[in-house]
Amino acid sequence: MIKRAYVRWIAPMDRTLLHTTLFLVLFSLIVLYSASGEEVSKVLSQVRNLGLAFLVMGLVARTNPQILERLAFPLYGLALLALIAVALTGEVSHGARRWLHLGPLHVQPSELMKLALPMALAAFFEWRSRTLNWRDFVVATLMILVPVGLVLRQPDLGTALLIASSGFYILYFAGLPWKVMGLLSALALAALPLLWPLLHGYQKKRILIFLDPTQDPLGAGYHTLQAMIAIGSGGVLGKGWLQGTQSHLDFLPEHTTDFIFAVFGEEFGLVGELAFLGAMLVLITRGFYIANEGSTPFSRLMAGALSMTLFTYTFVNMGMVSGILPVVGVPLPFLSYGGTSLVTLFSSVGFLMSVHHHRKLVKQ
Amino acid sequence: MTPPLRDPHQERWNFRFRLGVTWWLVMVLFLALITRLAWLQIVAQRHYHTLAEANRIAIVPLVPQRGLILDRHGVVLAENRYEFDLEIDPHLCPDVSATLEALTQLVTITPSDRKLFQKMRDESHGLAPVAIRTHLTEEEVARFSVNRYRFPGVDIEARLTRTYPLGLHASHLIGYISRINEDDQDRLEDEDLSDQYRGTNHIGKQGIESHYESLLHGTTGSEQVETDAAGHGLRSLAQTAPISGDDLYLTIDAKLQQVAEEAFGLQRGALVALDPETGEILAFVSQPGFDPNLFVDGIDQEHWNDLNTSPDHPLNDRALRGQYPPGSTVKPFMALAALQLKVRSADEVLYDPGYFSFPGSSHHYRDWREGGHGKVDMALSIIQSCDTYYYSLANQMGIDRMHDFFTLFGFGQKSGIDLDGEAAGLYPSTAWKQKKYHQDWYAGDTVISGIGQGYVLATPLQLAVATATLANQGKRMTPHLVRAIRHAASGRITRIAPKVGQALTFRPEDLETVRNAMIGVMKPGGTAAQAGAGAPYSIAGKTGTAQVVGIRQGEKYNAGALTERNRDHALFIAYAPADHPRLALAVLVENGGHGGSTAAPIARQVFDYYLLGKRSPPLTHD
Repeated sequence: MIKRAYVRWIAPMDRTLLHTTLFLVLFSLIVLYSASGEEVSKVLSQVRNLGLAFLVMGLVARTNPQILERLAFPLYGLALLALIAVALTGEVSHGARRWLHLGPLHVQPSELMKLALPMALAAFFEWRSRTLNWRDFVVATLMILVPVGLVLRQPDLGTALLIASSGFYILYFAGLPWKVMGLLSALALAALPLLWPLLHGYQKKRILIFLDPTQDPLGAGYHTLQAMIAIGSGGVLGKGWLQGTQSHLDFLPEHTTDFIFAVFGEEFGLVGELAFLGAMLVLITRGFYIANEGSTPFSRLMAGALSMTLFTYTFVNMGMVSGILPVVGVPLPFLSYGGTSLVTLFSSVGFLMSVHHHRKLVKQ
Repeated sequence: MTPPLRDPHQERWNFRFRLGVTWWLVMVLFLALITRLAWLQIVAQRHYHTLAEANRIAIVPLVPQRGLILDRHGVVLAENRYEFDLEIDPHLCPDVSATLEALTQLVTITPSDRKLFQKMRDESHGLAPVAIRTHLTEEEVARFSVNRYRFPGVDIEARLTRTYPLGLHASHLIGYISRINEDDQDRLEDEDLSDQYRGTNHIGKQGIESHYESLLHGTTGSEQVETDAAGHGLRSLAQTAPISGDDLYLTIDAKLQQVAEEAFGLQRGALVALDPETGEILAFVSQPGFDPNLFVDGIDQEHWNDLNTSPDHPLNDRALRGQYPPGSTVKPFMALAALQLKVRSADEVLYDPGYFSFPGSSHHYRDWREGGHGKVDMALSIIQSCDTYYYSLANQMGIDRMHDFFTLFGFGQKSGIDLDGEAAGLYPSTAWKQKKYHQDWYAGDTVISGIGQGYVLATPLQLAVATATLANQGKRMTPHLVRAIRHAASGRITRIAPKVGQALTFRPEDLETVRNAMIGVMKPGGTAAQAGAGAPYSIAGKTGTAQVVGIRQGEKYNAGALTERNRDHALFIAYAPADHPRLALAVLVENGGHGGSTAAPIARQVFDYYLLGKRSPPLTHD
């Protein structure tokens, strides 16, 4: 009985990924307890989220990538339909259309798209792998642009960029020519001034404030400033667990979600941050290793892109909190409080585990 | 042409190469991040440590004063007044329970005050002073001040509070502000306004207070304060002054509003009166009202239960959201439609035997007068409110033409008034019924729609707007409640210009026919003769009665036999003076019975005050 459960649930899990994840989870609960102002109920609620996330991770890990590949297009189609439904009918939640109400369920289709888009693209490239040519890249680009455009219209610039990046990673790993990438980045740089008038007022505001945080000491600039004060005052060793003053005196905004890294940095210092970054690097490196040994183009591309997505979230969030990137609402993997992002994150890790576990079971 | 097949081994190698490049990129970016963190925490650590520990710079929001709401003559409807609270600082108070006992000698402290105090005290973990009593009377303030030396840690705190001086009057229209709750918080975050509401505890929830929240709130200022480690302010470094919210001058005439409300007595109902030429609403009544002052600091359970469970539903804005069958008040519009569409001429005479029935059917659509009105032309059909005339007219016209015509007058659609949550009413059509019930439209449905029954529903506001459109020769003005905005920063006053909703053209002689018939309603022999008696100006009106419960074939409506809540609703629409209308209105009295006897007298009082009573000088620009 126990042995069967082990074989089914635990054996498919890659040990490196599992142990690093467990380490980060333990870490995150300790930080959350402090960041929430020693609120046990919030920690318990996150434990519940984690339980669900682990279950999803286990489920994905034991599922053959070939099955996931078959799900890719339907999932993409579903997410796309949901996004269109949101654009047409979704409830305008105070200026932004992001939510779709299906009876008692409130779904944010853009969240689903974060996984559905790379899956669909990877499946597409697997299908085209033998006869790949430039036309396929054009089709793939369209597959990215349509959902990104829809999310942009909601408007949700941050999520749109994250979805676009997850799609781009697949293109990149699938062999998008370097020349094209060079050309594209040159074009993008040239187009920046043209895009400026298209941004929404608050988006412009955030970018201007990023360039000069003192411009708006009450608003977004205040957030960055306070986060920098919190991290900076932590020093090398940190002030110690539960000893942070900035977060506990309510100087920090969103201190359990997007800005939790500031609380962490204040209390655990540079040493703690290095430990966290080290663990993240282990995950990403292991992800790359698994990508390399993946048996099908689909699993290779997915493993590569998911690892890069993990990196992107970490980098963008920490960059924002430490003041080198503008403020965008991106959660920090593992540390930020919240159920949805946790489930997405753990499914990604589960995916990597699945690729690893099934690396030899799939016939070429 | 098929491109050459890809070599899988070459592809694997390319993929591996790209993984490697990317991994190094990740390393470089992580290193950049670590460099940044090291800079913050090693090089600049002392700087930030100083900011954080020894001298923190706290950004204190400076809350703007909320704009006032005034009526068209400057009577204050909502203002900010100082209120006095009694607060206990548990840190400085040696024995809280003994202090509470001693305080009861000086000020009234109810058990619910105590409960609230206990709750707030637990929530604040004893860190901040907590109020034991709010809204102290002047006498209590004086009594405590004399004895203050006896109570260490207890103090009087003054704060600005939103006050509605008129209390029950105009409560639905003014609305109220209340504490910002989680939903408001979420909305403010979504709209990127949470910074603007730092330090603000209240937000508009209903009526004008809610619809014009963005104008009334003002702009939050900020002050950079140097504080010590415990968070006490040491000195101010820089300051951006707040900008007060804009003052709103309403179109409402507070005195007229009061006259109208009092005319209702204890009856439930609604009244909307507006200037037909501009769409400015002069009175907007929903009875019974409620005291908005109760909501400002959170309503207590007792009052909430009273308001919420009362069978009179005082919180329901009947003028804006109440949807009622308009009954016979639709007849003038039906008559105009008949003339406009040339379905029936004004002098065509019909014989009314007391009912209408389809050929070969025994079902009788009864007239309200048993035995019928005999020979009826268009004028008499309005004056005596003959049902049979309109049963057959509707049958001739067909529901879809009726639907299109009534839509022009604003039926079945929101009027666009500057209030949130307006009900749209309903004017049915064959397409509507097919869509809603997947059923065919029956001729019988059309017949009863002809007298404003069946599916037809209208809000008192819609009826008033339709009446004003009739009074204004078919030009429908968008009803509005704000007449002018006084900008706090500049002191400049912006007048709100009247907006045309839809301009319709009718033949003047057709309008004349309908108007003369409506004047006849108020004359001897008309259904509202009593209410019209002795008026020194001419009124054009129409009574209506809306059925609340159905009456079976062969049965009679007997008001005495029905319980009060099942009695008919009384309706009345009118404008005056009939030749040059200055005021158009609609009155609804719930379960009031006949429009002529309960609703029309209310309208008469409003007209008398507005047209004959003294008027204050119009709004002056300063």
